[in-house]
Amino acid sequence: MDYTIEELEKKANILRLDVIEATASAGSGHPGGSLSSADLMAALYFGVMRHDPDDPLWEGRDRFILSKGHAAPVLYAALAESGYFPKEELLTLRKLGSNLQGHPVKGKVPGVEMSTGSLGQGLSMACGMALAGKMDKKDHKIFCLLGDGELQSGQNWEAAMLAHHYHLNNLIAFVDRNRLQITGNTENAMSIDPLSDKWRAFGWNVLIINGHSMVQILEACEKAKMSETNPTMIIMNTVKGKGVSFMEDNYEFHGKASKADETEKALKELGGRIWTE
Amino acid sequence: MDGMKLAQRNYYGKALAELAKKDPNTVVLDADLADSTKTSEFRKAAPGRFIEVGIAEQNMIGVASGLAASGKTVFASTFAVFASGRCWEQIRLAVAYPKLNVKIVATHSGISVGEDGASHQALEDIALMRVLPNMTVISPADAYETYAATMAIAKYNGPVYMRMGRSEVPVVTENDAEFVIGKASVLRQGDDVTLVGTGQMVALCLEAASALLEEGIDAEVINMSTIKPLDKGTLRLSLLKTGCSVTAEEHSIIGGMGAAVAEFLSQEMPVPVEMVGTKDTFGESGAPSELFEKYGLTSKDIEEAAKRALERKKELKG
Repeated sequence: MDYTIEELEKKANILRLDVIEATASAGSGHPGGSLSSADLMAALYFGVMRHDPDDPLWEGRDRFILSKGHAAPVLYAALAESGYFPKEELLTLRKLGSNLQGHPVKGKVPGVEMSTGSLGQGLSMACGMALAGKMDKKDHKIFCLLGDGELQSGQNWEAAMLAHHYHLNNLIAFVDRNRLQITGNTENAMSIDPLSDKWRAFGWNVLIINGHSMVQILEACEKAKMSETNPTMIIMNTVKGKGVSFMEDNYEFHGKASKADETEKALKELGGRIWTE
Repeated sequence: MDGMKLAQRNYYGKALAELAKKDPNTVVLDADLADSTKTSEFRKAAPGRFIEVGIAEQNMIGVASGLAASGKTVFASTFAVFASGRCWEQIRLAVAYPKLNVKIVATHSGISVGEDGASHQALEDIALMRVLPNMTVISPADAYETYAATMAIAKYNGPVYMRMGRSEVPVVTENDAEFVIGKASVLRQGDDVTLVGTGQMVALCLEAASALLEEGIDAEVINMSTIKPLDKGTLRLSLLKTGCSVTAEEHSIIGGMGAAVAEFLSQEMPVPVEMVGTKDTFGESGAPSELFEKYGLTSKDIEEAAKRALERKKELKG
């Protein structure tokens, strides 16, 4: 089913509402980086990726790896909205016995391709999947979402080298460049700029977009899919906490859920639901 | 057998070459050490399924994880110190936790690495790997067993860590014997004391047993080639008979095979256990034989440990 730009934007809004509700219900979690990547997740799961919620292990599917595993709430929201599991389950996030662990776990949740949560590892896993796809002469793509803070971890650059060395043009990665990590500004913690120059120097195609523009996300993905030799890095300039005024550009909501009154306000701002604890 | 010495890694290479032919699903990764680990044999046989990752072990494990998640049987090799240490947390998250089909096969384990010195002598890898849930840990005694174990772990679907040394070691097992993961073998029967060895220390246990016999001590020798899961049945049967034990490994006595044996025995059938291994220390440069001498890993050290174990058994009975 093809969604219009407007419909995809609506999906992104639904994911944002789900993120707020799930983290509020859990009383913990990472809303900031989930909200900043909600537009991308809506684009991927409802516009870009080839996948089948009724057959999560379908061989021809595109694969998505959430390297910034702490944004699990938005991944779970996208999977539930796609129909991989009932949406009610979202409110079990982080609770004892739930499949929705604080960080994604392969095998627990249909549609979760890999266990992540320890930062800096997802791109290597994505490279492995891309290599397997090449070996088997398959045409599916591997998508990987990285946080900007996690690029301080050296393993990413080992993977960056390998992806170029083996010409993994079936690999499409994104950086959620919201410029904040848990202690504050990324450039204060350990500067990662000039970011696009780094990826170019490692031999990647680099696209820089507004990560909250559905049109730009879709266009960039189409372009990346056409790459003939190299992997593509799509640097998405984003706002942490996007869509909720008091979370926007506020590092305090990197790893903190909203309280009851805040939740009410957030849901109202997102044009949505009534909060009942 | 008869004094023949063979390098385990050569037989790992042979097994990989065989797997290259037999199983198109096998993929091998190496971190710039293929000629030393002998994954070069696989590279020769199936170049399209060999992936050089460069000197980047953390990435190697992540890539292995992604390949395994795509249905491949993945072997990832480098020296033991790097294979278990440099990328421990990657193994934890990307291999052990999701229970993926990755075989981490490490060569150059232990102090027998010799002249390269402590930076390259892994005396901690068994401990690091056996603490991980879902991980199987294997340490074959000789080259033949290494071949058989490689074929066996290729068939098993799940994470495995397998270690072997650099040098040529005496052959103590039968060629073409089947390797069963989790099954220890009794190489010599005896009633007085049980010598439990792993890796090349098994040969030294056999040597010690011969020497002990001359003093009228009848030692049983067990080859504990799978360290996890531990073959409790074989241990139980032997210790019911002998009532005391010596463990011998080319590894720290902290957290290694001996510790695994002691954990089991102390909880289920407390008996005296003496441990031969390195004693909370790094190694150093030197010839392997000199290092074995200096760090207490010779057959003589096993003999003496056996006598201490027997003494303690007597005291307990007395």
